[in-house]
Amino acid sequence: MLFFAVGLRLDRRRNMLRAEVTVPRLKTLLLGAAGAIVLAGAGFAALAWKPALDPVTPPTRESFPPELIRRGAELAAIGDCNTCHTAPGGKVFAGGLALPTPFGTVYSTNITPDPEAGIGRWSEAAFQRAMREGVDREGSHLYPAFPYDHFTLVTEADNRAIYAYLMTREPVRAETPANELVFPLGFRPLLAGWKLLFLEEGPRPELEADHGAYLAEGLGHCGACHSPRNALGAVQHDHALSGGEAEGWYAYAVNQSSPAPQPWTEESLFHYLRHGWEASHGIARGPMAPVVANLAWVPEEDVRAIAGYVARKMGHGVTPATVPAPIIPVPGPGTSPTMADSQAVPPVPGQDAGRAVYASACASCHEAGRPLPFGGMHLKGSTAPHGPNPRNLINVVLDGLPAAEGERAPIMPGFRAVLTDQQIVELLGYIRAAFTDQQPWTGVEALVREVRRGHTTSASRPTDAVQSAPADPTQ
Amino acid sequence: MVNLKVNGQQHSLDIDPETPLLYALRDELGLNAAKYGCGLGQCGSCTVVVDGEAVFSCVSPVLLLEGREITTLEGLGTADAPGALQRAFIEEQAAQCGYCIPGMMMRAQALLRANPNPTDDEIRSSLQTNLCRCGTHMRILKAVRRAAGLMQRADASPTPATGAVR
Repeated sequence: MLFFAVGLRLDRRRNMLRAEVTVPRLKTLLLGAAGAIVLAGAGFAALAWKPALDPVTPPTRESFPPELIRRGAELAAIGDCNTCHTAPGGKVFAGGLALPTPFGTVYSTNITPDPEAGIGRWSEAAFQRAMREGVDREGSHLYPAFPYDHFTLVTEADNRAIYAYLMTREPVRAETPANELVFPLGFRPLLAGWKLLFLEEGPRPELEADHGAYLAEGLGHCGACHSPRNALGAVQHDHALSGGEAEGWYAYAVNQSSPAPQPWTEESLFHYLRHGWEASHGIARGPMAPVVANLAWVPEEDVRAIAGYVARKMGHGVTPATVPAPIIPVPGPGTSPTMADSQAVPPVPGQDAGRAVYASACASCHEAGRPLPFGGMHLKGSTAPHGPNPRNLINVVLDGLPAAEGERAPIMPGFRAVLTDQQIVELLGYIRAAFTDQQPWTGVEALVREVRRGHTTSASRPTDAVQSAPADPTQ
Repeated sequence: MVNLKVNGQQHSLDIDPETPLLYALRDELGLNAAKYGCGLGQCGSCTVVVDGEAVFSCVSPVLLLEGREITTLEGLGTADAPGALQRAFIEEQAAQCGYCIPGMMMRAQALLRANPNPTDDEIRSSLQTNLCRCGTHMRILKAVRRAAGLMQRADASPTPATGAVR
């Protein structure tokens, strides 16, 4: 008989489990195993247990200085609290948004100061603990769909401001639906194990010297979508910002492996984050739409700091002298749109079927030379055809870019009812060949089928699906 | 040659396969209900039904539509024998200038086929892609609700009722 003892060793910076296999003597093993189980059980219980913190009477608006509430509003926008904690059509911060995860559906909670359904009875200490450790006031572990692995980096002072802002919002009596998770993940103490493996509690003082890094890595939690995750749903720090997933969309790498054909600069990133589009890169849609909607009104220096940090991560030149010339000429005021016809659409050997679809269904907008944000982006400059997979292109071809109610925003008609799966595959093949120098994608047909059948959820929500946090916090 | 099946009839058209369906309908087949509005799939006045789904005919080239079932407003009924949607829009007097109405009706047709008893929110969200500049939205909503009722009654009896409904 052969017994293996498998030791799990954790490399926390890398969020990787390393298995170490040894073959000890049987007797030693049995004794050791029994002892280990008892110790582990006791240890785990001690680790998993978090005390409830005393409920408080909901604090009054007068108990917070107005400047603190105002800064809290800005920080809450940078943290995109409203994006997840608001259900489409629901009241802001009242929760109830279904968040699909590989482990089941988690519903965002009510973070209005309602004493029963929300966080009205939370002290500031309870709020600080939730942000730092991912534990609610009652002592229950929170699921990391709430990105406390990033929020743990937020300073006490910033958390105080966010607390002040949230506690002075309109209380909403809205119960959070029960999560639908695969067994046994409904048992929250298990999350203590996840945290032991993957949560490195902050804050990290060295980040605070770099405002952009502090905001992007912490409150802004860029890496929650733009980094790949391991099998247990934890961000892989070794590959931070090298591309991930968000609600059925691919979140492109925002480090040196950025697939953008036109290198980003601090200035172009700032424009993109601030205005939601950038002439030679494209527009922010999908789950990025509510992010740029929030960044549209926070202090400019905060957005510039984030843009500067991401530009440094990308490793591109940030001085104007090193900015490469645009791949596609950016149409400016006074340039008139051209009518696209099939002559304007480049032929590619073996891609005639896809070219025909592109020429007849896409070119009238995408070759017309009308400027962004309302004209069709020329795909030579667009990131999506250059990405490692066609996920976002498929989403957009099928469902277009829906109109955003009450705001000026780009729109595109969807082609779900017109194009067959095969026609979409041909179209994507042509786009990849004609507008990029990248290898053809593989597995496109299966992905098109999967996305169309809704086997994976693609939230194609316009920004108006999320009621924005009021820009004026005195409201 | 491009073969199109429109309102149950087969047509062989000698046109460029890249021609938008809207032009084929209006210029080749004389089916003028679908309207040219923006030509960019942004206003909805060109909406027709393809295999049960509402599509913008101005951005749908005919090469993609061979072998598909295309239905235009003309396929829902005639002036003498209007279909349920047409009757409902007439009875509610839902048109002002009328330019958007064929597109509205075709999108509503696709909605009611898939969902015979939609809520107001479902009607609004379905028609969201279709613009009306005259402001008859409330009457359009009423007409779609009325059409849903007419269709359900028509389904209930083998011979559809004729005459006034009020």
